[in-house]
Amino acid sequence: MTNNKINRVFEDKNHKVLNIYFTAGYPNLNDTGTIIKKLASAKVDIIELGIPYSDPLADGLTIQESSQKALSNGISLSMVFDQVEEIKNDHKTAIVMMGYYNQFLQYGIDKLIKRIGDSGVDGLIIPDLPMDHYQTHYNSKFEEAGIAISFLITPETSDERIKEADRLTSGFLYVVAQSSITGGVKDVSDQQKKYFERIQNMSLKSPKLIGFGIHNKETFDNACQYAEGAIIGSAFIRNLKEHGTDRVNDFVDKIVNC
Amino acid sequence: MCHTGAHKINNTIGQILLAERLGKTRIIAETGAGQHGVATATVCALRGIECIVYMGEVDIKRQAPNVARMKMLGAEVRPAKSGSRTLKDATNEAIRDWIDNPIDTHYIIGSVVGPHPYPDMVARFQAIISKEIRMQLKEQTGQEIPDHIIACVGGGSNAAGALYHFLNEDDVNFILVEAAGKGIDTDHSAATSVLGTHGVIHGSMTLLMQDEDGQIIEPYSISAGLDYPGIGPLHAHLIKTGRAEVHSATDAEALKAAFELTRTEGIIPALETAHAFAILNERKFENDDVVVINLSGRGDKDLATYISHLDRY
Ligand SMILES: Cc1ncc(COP(=O)(O)O)c(C=O)c1O
Repeated sequence: MTNNKINRVFEDKNHKVLNIYFTAGYPNLNDTGTIIKKLASAKVDIIELGIPYSDPLADGLTIQESSQKALSNGISLSMVFDQVEEIKNDHKTAIVMMGYYNQFLQYGIDKLIKRIGDSGVDGLIIPDLPMDHYQTHYNSKFEEAGIAISFLITPETSDERIKEADRLTSGFLYVVAQSSITGGVKDVSDQQKKYFERIQNMSLKSPKLIGFGIHNKETFDNACQYAEGAIIGSAFIRNLKEHGTDRVNDFVDKIVNC
Repeated sequence: MCHTGAHKINNTIGQILLAERLGKTRIIAETGAGQHGVATATVCALRGIECIVYMGEVDIKRQAPNVARMKMLGAEVRPAKSGSRTLKDATNEAIRDWIDNPIDTHYIIGSVVGPHPYPDMVARFQAIISKEIRMQLKEQTGQEIPDHIIACVGGGSNAAGALYHFLNEDDVNFILVEAAGKGIDTDHSAATSVLGTHGVIHGSMTLLMQDEDGQIIEPYSISAGLDYPGIGPLHAHLIKTGRAEVHSATDAEALKAAFELTRTEGIIPALETAHAFAILNERKFENDDVVVINLSGRGDKDLATYISHLDRY
């Protein structure tokens, strides 16, 4: 596996990794590049670019609505690649694309791999791509192309499956903090703590990022006790919805500084 | 005709036993026509288990009698408000609920769709239909197998059940009927096998209606139970390999067939089922052909729609 930007993010063991998710083409069609540059200059470590889908099964209302808006703005996967490629020399931040399997399947996997390379995207998250299917059809292609794939685990995932996800992951292991769709905020319970500790003690090879329900400094810091870092999505989308691209810096500052 | 008005009860009885075996205490389901919702609410009432049914807002309006039935059975009906507010969107909401509640909840899917093992499992529970066809056919005609089996296809569970025990009988011709809506060359159709291409929907790799970016196209049919942009993977396979013959019937053709069946046989069929009967007006058979047509459900739930078209038929 080539050492892409995602892998490099995890080399500094003392630094907690902040991954920010946002929906491409939202709030306006051509905001994608602007937001990437702002997040990059705010020293976000990984930018997770959501590819809007008509039927985003793993997503709560906030991301559903942003996806709908972006689609009616006219966004498409090929346009997102154009937007990312256009600014690829303006920043050095790792970019991971998050989308649903059918979008990538229709785009064509070989074309996908080529455009990922050309546009400077580093990795993929495909929540509805079954691991065995990935292993059979894509693992060797993605490895050869140096694409960092990240699989998700949840509190209900068996140890055996967690090990499998860890083995196939070449980016980071996406530790879903609670059994919920995105944007859900359940209580930080003892059970959740036990789950994080169980994962911590499994001596997995992949770096871990905790996501789902992380929405402010407190929840970010808490998650970081158990992993290399954490992922914020819906809370950032709400910020975009309210303030457009104006307060990107403030949002990030409130999480990592102060 | 099955109790609760459609074939859906065959599947829900099997799945409620499974849910109990798994120790689940809460049931969720999606429904289009409301028949699967009623069948799920019925088995939940029988076993004393909490029941939540997701239903598109549009379908809640056009299938009001079934909404009332579900409520009477003690189920909660939750409106799905996204997309075209029909069956696909109800399915999305049910899957999201299941992601939120993986421990205590079992999701009873209503057709041969969704992630493995649902298409397989639901087909097996519905296979009782072809088992009974075999027995009754022998009694009534002396023949072991029919020449043709006709069934309507939404997701494809009544069809899968009707074909199941004949899948290895090459002499049985399968005729599947999809909903053409206002016509397959309009933007208002649900004829997935004609308009669909290879892709992934709700965890199944199958044929589905989508644009070139893989965005799912909202289907349309007058019949809430056939208004689905995908088709069970079994049927996609039967169609692609040429094992099954596929037709479609428009809203108008289905309505006409429903009135014909009512006035010739005294049976008011469900709008879904009426699509299967519609092809009798189109396809020619030999005089001595034994043709089995699956009467998947009755039409009480569709009376309001039928009445509103009374002046035309
Ligand atoms: C009477 C009846 N027939 C057919 C269907 C379509 O479903 P399937 O294709 O799974 O049989 C429905 C669905 O609601 C139905 O109520």
